[in-house]
Amino acid sequence: MIDPLLVSVYVFVLAIFVGFETITKVPPLLHTPLMSGTNAISGITLVGALISAGAGHYGLSTILGLLAVIIATINVVGGFLVTDRMLEMFKKSKKKD
Amino acid sequence: MNIIITLAYLLSSILFILGLKNLSSPKTARLGNLFAMSAMLIAIIATLLKNEIVDFTLIIIGLLTGSIIGAIMARKVRMTAMPQMVALFNGLGGGASAFVALAEYYRLTGGTGLNVIISMVISLFIGAVTLTGSLVAFGKLQGIIRPAPVVFKAQRTLNILIFTLFLVMGVFVTINPANHTGVLAILTIALVFGILFVIPIGGADMPVVISLLNSCSGVAAAATGFVLDNNILIICGALVGASGLILTRIMCKAMNRSLANIFFGEVGGSQSEETGEEGKRKVIKYTEEDAAMVLDSAQSVIIIPGYGLAVAQAQFALNELAKMLLNKGITVRYAIHPVAGRMPGHMNVLLADANVPYDHLLDLGDINDDFQYTDVALVVGANDVINPAARVDKDSPLYGMPILNADKAKTVIICKRSLSPGFSGVDNELFYNKNTMMIFGDAKDSINKLIKSLKV
Repeated sequence: MIDPLLVSVYVFVLAIFVGFETITKVPPLLHTPLMSGTNAISGITLVGALISAGAGHYGLSTILGLLAVIIATINVVGGFLVTDRMLEMFKKSKKKD
Repeated sequence: MNIIITLAYLLSSILFILGLKNLSSPKTARLGNLFAMSAMLIAIIATLLKNEIVDFTLIIIGLLTGSIIGAIMARKVRMTAMPQMVALFNGLGGGASAFVALAEYYRLTGGTGLNVIISMVISLFIGAVTLTGSLVAFGKLQGIIRPAPVVFKAQRTLNILIFTLFLVMGVFVTINPANHTGVLAILTIALVFGILFVIPIGGADMPVVISLLNSCSGVAAAATGFVLDNNILIICGALVGASGLILTRIMCKAMNRSLANIFFGEVGGSQSEETGEEGKRKVIKYTEEDAAMVLDSAQSVIIIPGYGLAVAQAQFALNELAKMLLNKGITVRYAIHPVAGRMPGHMNVLLADANVPYDHLLDLGDINDDFQYTDVALVVGANDVINPAARVDKDSPLYGMPILNADKAKTVIICKRSLSPGFSGVDNELFYNKNTMMIFGDAKDSINKLIKSLKV
């Protein structure tokens, strides 16, 4: 059995490579939406916050968890919606504008 | 149940990666964002199925509050305010990671492995630095804090000292995991360090800082993933970390400066705001009517937007002008410098907001050779990115920075508020050239006057 920590390190390193390969292909045109989109993705920490807030310990850790749920949700919802708003604006030229 | 959750996380990871992949073309980008949204939704639902979660009250309160605030912010924000919005969201993401790490620490109180404690320290530190750093960036962009760089003596020494202090406390907490004071000390150090780290940065270096903070929010999420032993956090964190790092590198390259130089360097430190050498050398001021005549007789025009365009909110007027020229049969394109504006891609979003079709927006590399065949380069609110000193003057702080070859066009029309040098504090040779027409005034007013003159 491999140490679970080692597996996590594997996953981390490979994901970095996937990230580099995918994101290098994003054109400068879309760098702002890329930024706000990845921003929303970093709100994945919400998953951790949910566990902290819902584990039923009722103490400092729950309060911190609730706080984390709120701000991570702002990050996720706001980030994705604003990215969508931006991407909606990018249009190709029609023949006659 | 655990298998279902793990598989759901896998599906979510795949969708996140596909989402990012679809961002590589403006045609599929919106779909990509939708993929990422559904990935997030799957991850959240899967997490709620975990049997560690026993109480849903706080979760529902938190999710609802956050969703409402987030949705309102996303809907209300103006496109010109996008850089500070992104900075703010960044900070929230980093802050959330730090809080989760801290919450987990209080829950476990010492009874845990070495790797968890180390990850916790890293997550807490990077998350908190991202939080205050982003808030300072937000304040500067929003104009709450003076945007000029704040530099003082021994700044570098202080930063090194604080960072060393963090390392010492980090080791201390690792050895004594049950010491709460140590953990709170790390949190305080990180919050202070975040502020110190961003205050010396001036406006034009913001694209680098925002990219770097973006990367940090990812790394903080990944570190939290190690604390919780949760792969979806690790994967997403790594993706975002890599993305932010790529953008940081592109921004540094576009300014020909290293990251160290941006954080500790001298450029932008000289706050000589109004040192336009009006006395020494003569700049010929033209009127909008003169410029309109030149534009009218041109066959091809390249527009170079800069931060001044965003400040004056002149993007709509500019598009109207461009449409007028297009209707006259003139070729109109936009040349976008990577560091124009306050965040990567800032100009593209601004112009897309004004309904400029994206196939008219060209990057530095794609358009730079076309200037020599172009009749008019119309510069709106840009300065350093067209300064020819970057090409020839070895003593200039701009030397080596890739610039747009506006000076190669037959005529250069520059709409500018005043003669003041750009962010770098360097005078621009181009203003004094024979083929340059300077129009002073607010960019929006100037463009509106150009439009009026063209109509006659």
